[in-house]
Amino acid sequence: MIPTVRPKLELLSKDLIQKIIDEALVILEKQGIYVENEEAIKLFKKAGMKVDDSTQRVFITSQIVEASLSSTPSVIKLYDRTGEKEFVVGEDEVHFDPGSAAVTIFDHKTQEERKAVTEDLINFTRLTDCLEHIHFQSTGIISSDVPEIISDSYRLYIGLLFSSKPMVTGTFRIEGFKPMYDMLVAVRGSEKNLADKPLAIFDACPSPPLKWSNLTTQSLIDSARAGVPSELISMGMTGATSPVTIAGTLVQHVAENLCGLVICQLAKKGAPVIFGGSPSSFDMRKGTTPMGAIETMIIDSAYSQVAKHLNLPSHAYMGLSDSKLNDSQSGFESGMGAALAALSGINVISGPGMLNFESCQSLEKLVIDNEICQMAYRLIEGISQREDPIAISLFEDFSAENQFLSMPHTRKWYRKEHTFPAVIDRDTYDAWVSLGKKSMADRASEEVEKLLQENPPAFLEGDAGQELRKIMLADAKNNGVSSLPEIRT
Amino acid sequence: MSQKEFLSKLENSIIQGDKDKAESLAKEAVEKQLDLNEVIEKGYIPGIQKVGELWEKGEYFLPELITSAECMKAAMGVLHPELEKAQIKTRSRGKIIIGTVEGDIHDIGKNLVSSMLSANGFDVIDLGADVKLEMFIEKAEKENADFICLSALLTTTMVGQKRLVEMLKEKNLSDRFKVMVGGAPVNQKWADDIGADGYAENAMIAVQAVNSLINK
Repeated sequence: MIPTVRPKLELLSKDLIQKIIDEALVILEKQGIYVENEEAIKLFKKAGMKVDDSTQRVFITSQIVEASLSSTPSVIKLYDRTGEKEFVVGEDEVHFDPGSAAVTIFDHKTQEERKAVTEDLINFTRLTDCLEHIHFQSTGIISSDVPEIISDSYRLYIGLLFSSKPMVTGTFRIEGFKPMYDMLVAVRGSEKNLADKPLAIFDACPSPPLKWSNLTTQSLIDSARAGVPSELISMGMTGATSPVTIAGTLVQHVAENLCGLVICQLAKKGAPVIFGGSPSSFDMRKGTTPMGAIETMIIDSAYSQVAKHLNLPSHAYMGLSDSKLNDSQSGFESGMGAALAALSGINVISGPGMLNFESCQSLEKLVIDNEICQMAYRLIEGISQREDPIAISLFEDFSAENQFLSMPHTRKWYRKEHTFPAVIDRDTYDAWVSLGKKSMADRASEEVEKLLQENPPAFLEGDAGQELRKIMLADAKNNGVSSLPEIRT
Repeated sequence: MSQKEFLSKLENSIIQGDKDKAESLAKEAVEKQLDLNEVIEKGYIPGIQKVGELWEKGEYFLPELITSAECMKAAMGVLHPELEKAQIKTRSRGKIIIGTVEGDIHDIGKNLVSSMLSANGFDVIDLGADVKLEMFIEKAEKENADFICLSALLTTTMVGQKRLVEMLKEKNLSDRFKVMVGGAPVNQKWADDIGADGYAENAMIAVQAVNSLINK
């Protein structure tokens, strides 16, 4: 059998990759980078790095970057809530998770955005949990019925209660790490179990250009020490907070991410780190950051190639749309993004469900995007030989009446070779008319209701569930929040 | 060169975004002992207004807009000290305190608004990002400002805008300052809900909004 080729997208030449890395290293060493965190500054000094104390500017040598690169694992294994199902984050493995931290939800009934509440967050979590082609859960919506101060821990709390999938999350405050970490430990049973079988990834974003804030640096340090994988989310906006050229933005992106990686390794050698990001093409007309722009996708695909060159797990915000509703723009932007991300072999792809520049989640879109992800997975499976000979035997005794539907060969392979969507329209015109001429969004809305009705919540029962509640209540109390919304299970 | 020709040179230096030219022409105006207020109002300001029009038409994008705003700043950097030296009162169109609210470090949008307001002849005091709410009020009182402009990019920090409006009420200062809000998660409804005086979705609209509020 001839081996199956995995289709791959590579936008950068080896020479250009090397030049981008070289320039990033020069910037880190000669220009330095701001790290607004005392503990990290101490770590840098201890490692012999030059630090300008008055500006908290650190000058990072290429030696320390190289040492950090060699101590960073090239593959991370994540596990679901039961600890049984393993997900490889590295190599060319591709996992989709919903675009994270939306501030609104798109209400299909009113066709308008609105603030999300606990019930929305639960529905979103449950829906993601039962969508096959979205492998990871994300703490994707901020619930407006709890005070902002505890919104980071609250979304993880709901996520862990209602989903068994690995989590992509992050802190909004320095104090947020402790309760969130405690929740993960509660699910696993002990700190060691959690370090052995990571359940969640913590996102940490540098502030472009060339700055790691106090909050995000602390998240890197705390995560590294606890064995929690950090996902570095560098996010230059071309021509606004990073150079306008794609290659220029890549240089800054690599410099910011390498600094984050060094911080993690200084905090704990061998700490798991994912080379990620959410950069964007900056729209010079509207002053916005379109995630559906082809230039944004090009930047993502290219830096993931750099990540692979450096033997690091990769992440990107791709497969999102800037459209404000589920229309053709939302479909094609997500379709292109997901396909390009999969072809780039990006390990964690955050995007499904998301509209309006990373700000709005749509349950209907999540269902639609699940099918886009299914197609993307099919795309990168490539074309397999399957049998030897491939087809000659099917044409033995060939006659004009031959048809393939009843052949055993067909029955054997059709489900492996072809995908079957639920909401994508493949009806004849007449069938579509008789079904009520429904739009994609309407069909998706019905599918949302059906899935939520048919799939009972993967509710976390027992001691772990009790413990989660205790941790959440204590965190709320510590922040002057006396009660939490009631959760119906 | 006639006065008119000279003024049109000033105007063009802004439209073309030629910072060196805008600055050297300002120096020339000082040397020639021209009426500097007229230089500003009939030379530079029409320039930035034209830039605004080109933006509206879709011919100019943000890089042109921000470059022209910086040309204005460079020219004013020459002219204002001269006006002060000569104790000529500058005709400020209004004093504005602007900043991104506490907990929020995003300031690119705020910087655009700040530049455009300043380029359009307003006296802008930019407090930067992550600014304590008390600081806005303290500065506004001290400077006797007309406007307080609050930017927020996060839903978690936009509540700071609401809080500031409440604080002004508590201190009986609501009538003294007009409050404008902006930022990605902010919209007109939010502005109305929290009782802000104005909202603008971009820097050009912010200039128009301040202009219309100042005439109220």
